[in-house]
Amino acid sequence: MSAGSSGPAPAPETVLGAAVGRSAPELRAAVEEFLYHEADLLDSWRLDEWLALFTEECSYLIPATDRPDGDPLRDLFLVQDNRFLLEQRVESLMTKTAWAESPHSTTRRLIGNVRATNAGDGAVAVQANFIVTRARQSTVDTYPGHYEMLLEAGGPAGFRIRMRKAVLALEELRPHGRISIIL
Amino acid sequence: MVDRFIIDDRETPRFRVHRSSMVDPEVLARERAAIFDTCWLYVGHESEVASAHDFRTRRVGGRPVIMTRDAAGRVGVFVNSCPHRGMAVETRSEGNGRFLKCFYHGWSFDTAGNLVAIPDDEAYGANFDRQNMCLPRPPQVDSYRGFVFCNWSLDGPDLATYLGHSRTMIDLVADQSEEGMSVIGGTHLYSMRANWKLLVENSFDAYHAMTTHQRYIEMIKASGRDFSRRQQGPAAAGVARRGPLDLGNGHAVTGSVDTSGGEVMGALGRAFPDDETRVRHKARRARLIELYGEEWTNRMLGGRNHLIFPNLFIIDLVMGCTIRTFYPDEPDYMEITAWQLVPNGEDDRLRQLRMGNFLTFWGPAGLATPDDVEALERCQKGFAAHRAAPWNDLSRGMNGNPINSEAQMRVFWRRWNELMTGEALPPEPEVLFDPDRDGRRIAGMAAR
Repeated sequence: MSAGSSGPAPAPETVLGAAVGRSAPELRAAVEEFLYHEADLLDSWRLDEWLALFTEECSYLIPATDRPDGDPLRDLFLVQDNRFLLEQRVESLMTKTAWAESPHSTTRRLIGNVRATNAGDGAVAVQANFIVTRARQSTVDTYPGHYEMLLEAGGPAGFRIRMRKAVLALEELRPHGRISIIL
Repeated sequence: MVDRFIIDDRETPRFRVHRSSMVDPEVLARERAAIFDTCWLYVGHESEVASAHDFRTRRVGGRPVIMTRDAAGRVGVFVNSCPHRGMAVETRSEGNGRFLKCFYHGWSFDTAGNLVAIPDDEAYGANFDRQNMCLPRPPQVDSYRGFVFCNWSLDGPDLATYLGHSRTMIDLVADQSEEGMSVIGGTHLYSMRANWKLLVENSFDAYHAMTTHQRYIEMIKASGRDFSRRQQGPAAAGVARRGPLDLGNGHAVTGSVDTSGGEVMGALGRAFPDDETRVRHKARRARLIELYGEEWTNRMLGGRNHLIFPNLFIIDLVMGCTIRTFYPDEPDYMEITAWQLVPNGEDDRLRQLRMGNFLTFWGPAGLATPDDVEALERCQKGFAAHRAAPWNDLSRGMNGNPINSEAQMRVFWRRWNELMTGEALPPEPEVLFDPDRDGRRIAGMAAR
């Protein structure tokens, strides 16, 4: 259910605080701004700044292409990072021994169809579509999909990320062969 | 094609492989006929069709197949092509249904492959051979301990003979739970712009781990795993690496034996997150020792990278077990499919550790596999100059030193060479599998 179609916006005095106590269009605009900022950090390989957007207890998930609704406790995923593994992923991507991204590929992200709703418990549930292109060594791979995120208000960027799931709209990772960038 | 693909010089010693084998379309055409059409190929694991009328579709040796479990509980493998006009009967990758129906003209089949209905049947007449208009079958289908194979030829040995000593290596995986082993949901469906034989080599290449996978090893260290013992990297820390073994028929394995008494989880696993998880791992180990004895258990918990010729790997690194198969569509492009195999009834914490460990190592978005993809794709680029730079070198360990030996790759290449050219090169006697030395599953051992 999108905030835009669910009637009145949440009241300003909700637990969500100033950033998410806005009207639905304002909330969506704020979330869009945040997503564009995030995409810019990733496309410009400012991964430390991107990592700083996450809360201490966080997750970064990519389900298998044939189990987009998979359960992380039961099913095989492509990525299932907690804070420790996300830090490791980001740190390693900034070294030259992350051979798949050394030198870094050129990526561009288009984010659209953004919807943001009050999810209770101080959280904003976000859905957005993405297309990420990755160009390197004469090949261009395209990763289409959608995000499911749980944000909370706070931090210099306006929100922090509790959970970030990128669900690919692909049946298989062919011919990409890999997800060596952050999706 | 070139006259000679392999130089197997035991005097120098030196082993070389001609790079045209990785790029020449004629080589691939001959591989299809001489290897993929004559060898037993992996179809799937019986747990993937756990219930009656479950089905899975996939390509095996480049051909569409459908694996089912019928009403009587039997696992069947069929060609996914209608006997009437050839349409792929089922296109979903998995599902459950009593009937497989071809929508083109409406013929339908049960999950045992039998034809059950033809619309307007009377137009075929009384003598029309309905009995034989069932879903076609590959010429041979068989299974070993849940692993289902097919063979696109009627010639050659049966599956058990074909597998030979590979059966012992499968036993070491299949014995890991009293409740059996299962493939979990979710599949890694990916590809590489590289020749398929590069992935054969890479899938049990111990030599590349410390250079290609530095960032993975840094992560493992950051998790608290102690590799401080000054030996050959992570494999030394509580896990004794064994040299490669030639299992016969082109099958080969590299592996380790757990010497830690259950203090670590495989050569490349993360540290236990807490003492409770360690305690549970040791409890599991104790139960396996009750069932199988300490020697077999230490082999089981040591892990192994096991090639079943030509294109199946069962890689059990204790912290996770993957089944990986791949097939070349072009000399420089292969499709890869990988599953995760787990012990049924596993403790929750151990399962959680296994799931996390598996993903960070394996899989096209882990901290290791993308770098393998990068390496193999760059090898393939280099092979474009094969006329100027014709030879790959796989000589490591021919002098008898087993550290990061490449003997397992030579086992593969000699069998490949024999099937492609008819020339049988003698094996390296010191790496031949010896059940007395390398483990034997004792008859009567507890097994499912």
